[in-house]
Amino acid sequence: MIAPEHEADIQAAVAEAAATHGHWRIAGGGTQTGLEGGHDVLSLAAHRGIVFHAPKELVVRARAGTPLAEVEAALSAEGQHLIAEPPDLRALLATSGEPTLGGAVATNLSGPRRVHGGAMRDHVLGLRFVTGEGKVFRAGGRVLKNVTGLDLCKLLTGSRGLLGAITEITLKVLPAPERVGTVAIAGLGPAAAVRAMAAGLRSPFAVSAAAHIAPGAGHPRGLTAMRIEDFAASVAYRCDRLRGMLAEHGTAEIFSDHDSRSFWRQVRDVAPLAGLGPAIWRVTLRPSAAATVAARVEAAGGTWMMDGGGAVLFVAGEPALAGARGDGETWVALKGEPVPFPERPEMSRVRAVLDPHHVFAAS
Amino acid sequence: MIRQPEPKQDVLDRREAIVAGLRGILPDDAVIAAPLELKPYETDGLSAYRQPPLAVVLPRSTEEVAAVMRLLSREGVRVIPRGAGTSLSGGALPMADAVVIALARMNRILEIDETDRFAVVEAGVTNLAITEAVKGRGFFYAPDPSSQLACMIGGNVAMNSGGAHCLRYGVTSNNVLGLRAVTVEGEIITIGGKYPDAAPTDWLGLVVGSEGQLLVVTEVIVRILPLPEGARAMLAGFRSNEVAGACVDAIISSGIIPVALEFMDRPAIHACEAFAHAGYPLDAEAMLIIEVEGSEAEQDALLERIRAICERFDPVSMRVSQTPEESAAIWKGRKGAFGAVGRISPDYMCMDGTIPTSRLAEVLGRIRQMSAEYGLEVANIFHAGDGNLHPLVMFDANDPESQQRAEAFGADILRLCVEVGGCLTGEHGVGVEKRDLMGEQFEPEELALQRRIKGAFDPGWLLNPAKVFPLVDA
Repeated sequence: MIAPEHEADIQAAVAEAAATHGHWRIAGGGTQTGLEGGHDVLSLAAHRGIVFHAPKELVVRARAGTPLAEVEAALSAEGQHLIAEPPDLRALLATSGEPTLGGAVATNLSGPRRVHGGAMRDHVLGLRFVTGEGKVFRAGGRVLKNVTGLDLCKLLTGSRGLLGAITEITLKVLPAPERVGTVAIAGLGPAAAVRAMAAGLRSPFAVSAAAHIAPGAGHPRGLTAMRIEDFAASVAYRCDRLRGMLAEHGTAEIFSDHDSRSFWRQVRDVAPLAGLGPAIWRVTLRPSAAATVAARVEAAGGTWMMDGGGAVLFVAGEPALAGARGDGETWVALKGEPVPFPERPEMSRVRAVLDPHHVFAAS
Repeated sequence: MIRQPEPKQDVLDRREAIVAGLRGILPDDAVIAAPLELKPYETDGLSAYRQPPLAVVLPRSTEEVAAVMRLLSREGVRVIPRGAGTSLSGGALPMADAVVIALARMNRILEIDETDRFAVVEAGVTNLAITEAVKGRGFFYAPDPSSQLACMIGGNVAMNSGGAHCLRYGVTSNNVLGLRAVTVEGEIITIGGKYPDAAPTDWLGLVVGSEGQLLVVTEVIVRILPLPEGARAMLAGFRSNEVAGACVDAIISSGIIPVALEFMDRPAIHACEAFAHAGYPLDAEAMLIIEVEGSEAEQDALLERIRAICERFDPVSMRVSQTPEESAAIWKGRKGAFGAVGRISPDYMCMDGTIPTSRLAEVLGRIRQMSAEYGLEVANIFHAGDGNLHPLVMFDANDPESQQRAEAFGADILRLCVEVGGCLTGEHGVGVEKRDLMGEQFEPEELALQRRIKGAFDPGWLLNPAKVFPLVDA
């Protein structure tokens, strides 16, 4: 493994690999396993530091290796936060190391706020990245609205180090909420939970997260929870309205700000599934299919947790569980073997443009 | 004037055969080739540029689009996808040797799902029609470009359109879940799906905003959002652009993200007031329209906080609307801004750059300077929360010299946007209008990389050519 401090050295390492049929597996803090690519690790963790934070413009720029904690602390000092709420997956994946901003962007890592505020890909305003030819390119910029040219920011975000080594990221950020509230119903089965969450998510109360913890995964009776984040008076008002609206689904309790924050941190980090499987997947799907898929996973011996009102299903279990996947479900391995996803020839040709010598996509 | 490439002579020579081929695939009423009937398709919202195409087709289905693409790619014919033709950057400007695929007849709403909160619509459905179709069920489609009554979702996807409410709700790419599209070879493909993050790699994000360079988009799966309980606006007039800009910063710093935060300078205020009689403060140098959402009580609380912040900046006037009607009146002037400027000047060019919001006062100062140097009036409208600046440069299209000056002025404004750390276009797209300015923002190698990605989808450069990327002389 090498971990260059400067972008020029990252660039040189990739250029050399390109010239010598070499391969690199791009890594950040090494807290996520199961990423694809060549064998030797090119770590971006030493290329770190916040370049600027312009709170009034809702923008922060940092190098890829900057620890997420450092970015979050800088934002927090100005009352702001990362909109996509990237999880800390160390407990879930049994890894150590320091989660980095670059790792979160390269894997489009997004937490419970995905359903309301979008994924990391929705907030990346600009990138610098090194292509498989060892050239540095810029995509996007530092402003919130930008449609100039092809949107390579979105393509690179979530490309798992296979299309380029992202060296610097400019992100849109937002004010952190004054208060967090939660409306939770215990004892719902998966189908009833999805119905309750759908009711919450279609309400006018700006539900910012909706998760369901199954009885097998950490909660005695199963818990269906929805989150409201805003100014204190709004949170109190909307939690109350939401609880009333959900009465037909079950009796709801309201969590305090403190309890809400700790509960949603657990959900964010997929803590209920920690230690439950040698393999873990993040499955995206239609919420209306979530209960059926959860039942199928359970029948095959797996454990699950719903996020995004059922649009995300975290699955833990034996590697063979991936064989249980059906149409209309997108399985991405967080731990274990990558799940193949078919791609069109146009897309393979784009991969060849960005990584012509297979430096990143070692086959 | 912006130079367009020479038409392919061999294609012009085969015009009759190509039209006959199209008639073999499509019903008679779906192929237009008579010169007079081609006229409505010769331009779009950038009406200074006109060029009738070789032919126009009006397919009714994705399958028909695919059949047309198979024929045209075999024949080596250039293709211009077209929605409502409202592009302000010339995104749908034809070429003499090109066939326009007009998607206006593909205007069906195919599916609305309230549980999974999406709608599947054909490319020719208008932006507003999506909201109209779902609002009875308590939903709306968020991006709201000024042209939303006319513009079509296919064009919104091509340009990644924004609107006045994107500070809160994002632009098109944040609100699209999937696409059905036709490749240049005429294959039908799906990208994304009926739920977020449907593919591990974000090809969807690449295609949205690609200005018809990669695929012909025929169906769009959009995310629909629950309607808020209510919304209300206020306006505040200030003594200078600097003070109004500082007030915007103070609002954002207070932790409030209004759903809309619009800025108008003095010329824009005067033009809009004369047109809409919205009660705008004529003694103000700059004005903000600020909109919040929520229950009545939540609106009251937020507007009171914002009013208190505005108070600190010595406002010339302030008006908090008490009813939806009063809010509508406040918006009426802003939404009619283009028409208003059209009344005081025979022609205007609507520019569309983005700047870091901290540079607003400086940029407006320099635009005013340039306005004096060029001898052309300019009114500025600004999505203040997200930095998207719309200078309306007024000129007389009947005077070629005036038009030339306006184009040069506009280009200087966009150069200024890039210089201060912004970009050439925030929501209108590059099209032909800003094509030759791309070198101001991108290095030659960066443009070459983007060209190669376009080439990966469209090796023969048949899809909407001579847009976005500066021409390369062979």
